[in-house]
Amino acid sequence: MGLLEAIILAVLAASTPLLLAATGELVTERAGVLNLGVEGMMIVGAACGFAGAWLTGSVIVGAICGMLAGVVLSLVFALMTLALAVNQVAAGLALTILGTGVSGLIGSRFVGEKITTAPKLYIPGLTDIPFAGRILFGQDAFVYLSLALIIGASWFLYRTRGGLILRAVGDNHASAHALGYPVLRIRMFAVMFGGACAGLAGAYLPLAYTPFFIPGMTAGRGWIALALVVFSSWLPGRLVIGAYLFGAVTILQLHAQGAGLGIPSQFMTALPYLATVIVLVLISRARTGGSTAPAALGTVFVPDR
Amino acid sequence: MRKILLAAAAAVVAASVSFGASAADKLKVGFIYLGPVGDLGWTYQHDLGRLAMLKEFGDKVETTYLENVSEGPDSERSIEQLARAGNKLIFTTSFGYMEPTLKVARKYPNVHFEHATGYKRDKNVSTYSGRFYEGRHIQGLIAGKMSKTGVLGYIASFPIPEVISGINATMLAAQTINPNIKVKIIWVNTWFDPGKEADAAKALIDQGADIIMQHTDSPAAMQVAAERGKLAFGQDSEMIKFGPKAQLTSIMNNWGPYYIARVKAELEGTWKSEDQWAGLKEKMLVMAPYLNMPDDVKKMAEEAEAAIKEGKLLPFKCPITAQDGKEVECKAGTHLDDGQVLGMNFYVKGIDDKIPGK
Repeated sequence: MGLLEAIILAVLAASTPLLLAATGELVTERAGVLNLGVEGMMIVGAACGFAGAWLTGSVIVGAICGMLAGVVLSLVFALMTLALAVNQVAAGLALTILGTGVSGLIGSRFVGEKITTAPKLYIPGLTDIPFAGRILFGQDAFVYLSLALIIGASWFLYRTRGGLILRAVGDNHASAHALGYPVLRIRMFAVMFGGACAGLAGAYLPLAYTPFFIPGMTAGRGWIALALVVFSSWLPGRLVIGAYLFGAVTILQLHAQGAGLGIPSQFMTALPYLATVIVLVLISRARTGGSTAPAALGTVFVPDR
Repeated sequence: MRKILLAAAAAVVAASVSFGASAADKLKVGFIYLGPVGDLGWTYQHDLGRLAMLKEFGDKVETTYLENVSEGPDSERSIEQLARAGNKLIFTTSFGYMEPTLKVARKYPNVHFEHATGYKRDKNVSTYSGRFYEGRHIQGLIAGKMSKTGVLGYIASFPIPEVISGINATMLAAQTINPNIKVKIIWVNTWFDPGKEADAAKALIDQGADIIMQHTDSPAAMQVAAERGKLAFGQDSEMIKFGPKAQLTSIMNNWGPYYIARVKAELEGTWKSEDQWAGLKEKMLVMAPYLNMPDDVKKMAEEAEAAIKEGKLLPFKCPITAQDGKEVECKAGTHLDDGQVLGMNFYVKGIDDKIPGK
């Protein structure tokens, strides 16, 4: 295996949880809801995903458990922000704290256990192609699923009526409500989708990345996913590029150090966030209408009764 | 945010307990942990020490611990919470709690503090640490023998003296076996991020390292080494479960005896500020069984361990040449003195790397 191939394989693995979680958050934010609880939903997904896989011996059951756990936690968020109209920022932060605690509680009895990881695809002939074979046809199901999800989300947002309504809700909930769309229900589904994606992203960590569970193993990846959504300026295409770019920076800085290139590792670690800040500045200075953020992002909606 | 809640929760727990009738004659001992108790590494070992101490003293002692307390100024609140909750002896178990511990200690002169791996003391602040470099020396010898590519991979956390002296001790020992041995060092800037530790291990192996050593806390790197058919050293605790065919040995921290001794002193009223820096001899570190190596290498490792315990083998024996080619001053005559090891901020010759931020 050549070094470049090894690097690309590592980048794919490192980017996948970011892409999964960010896809969910992108759809949630497009519906006008800012859920800062991604990290919390991820870590609960990791704990439940591992628990499911360990108890049943099936990675698929584990992945489903992770998704469901993410959905359950996102419903707590939906209850607070949609039904009770609590401030979204506060509720999101609370969700992360809650998730960290819950995951420790669920996961404590699984610490130190091991499972077999998600199998990698193998197609005789195709996977054996030098260089490209393993990169294109030798990944685990999560990698393909993450790409399928973002393509699906992009198609839904821009090619379907449902997507148009969802974006309308995110840009102007009052108008959408006046037109008779069920704003809160649409937002709830968007939040649940975000929860499922975050849960799946969390489950990816113990099921495919590092096959054991340890409390706190998401180590801030949920926050990176949030930054990624801003970096993408809420566009699915840029989100894919951003996810792989963030993943690549993480892996390349490790290789740069190993090779003794002498670039300060702290600088490289900060690079994705620096890039996010620069993109924000560029967006706000763009002549074509300023911010691309959903106009109603982060605002609560209380329908007249 | 989370810390405040944790601290608040602990305070509530502690407060509710102190109203109990039996609580009055119990000694309350607090612990501040860097990671979760289930990290299987650094914090896990401290918690084993706490449990051993509890077992020793039974109902004479009552403990409270706060986990996941991040280093730096923010930890001050958590330490103060423990002091305010009536703990008479407080162990702060990571290097980054040094200044906050001292600050809180000045506010609570009647509370005794114990800071792990630091070097600043006060009349009510002791320090304690393990001579981890002794274990690193043995690992260096084994690595020198076992590496086929002659390249070691080292996953480092933060460029503090403890980590740097570990790298130097490893290389000095490895060079006695193979003078041309190389080390590739990756600083991950964290003590605990399983994903990143695994990625670093992968990068090191992809760049030709065939032995992985780490100064971070999770077993992720061990697992990667096992998966790739390479060898590795565990860290802080026994990690053989994660690499039965990969783990050569592991430096296991053993805090129990120290915690027992200090609590005993506190109970008897003989506690005073001290600096305890103990190694293999005092069993503050213990080497995991030497496995996955030929008998002659195992014998060499065991002999080195015995020699270190007897004080015959000194890992930082002079002459030592620094990376820049200058010989290091030998303050203890035949070897570097403790101050030089505790404040080590240079690489020895043969390390092709730069210390970050230097």
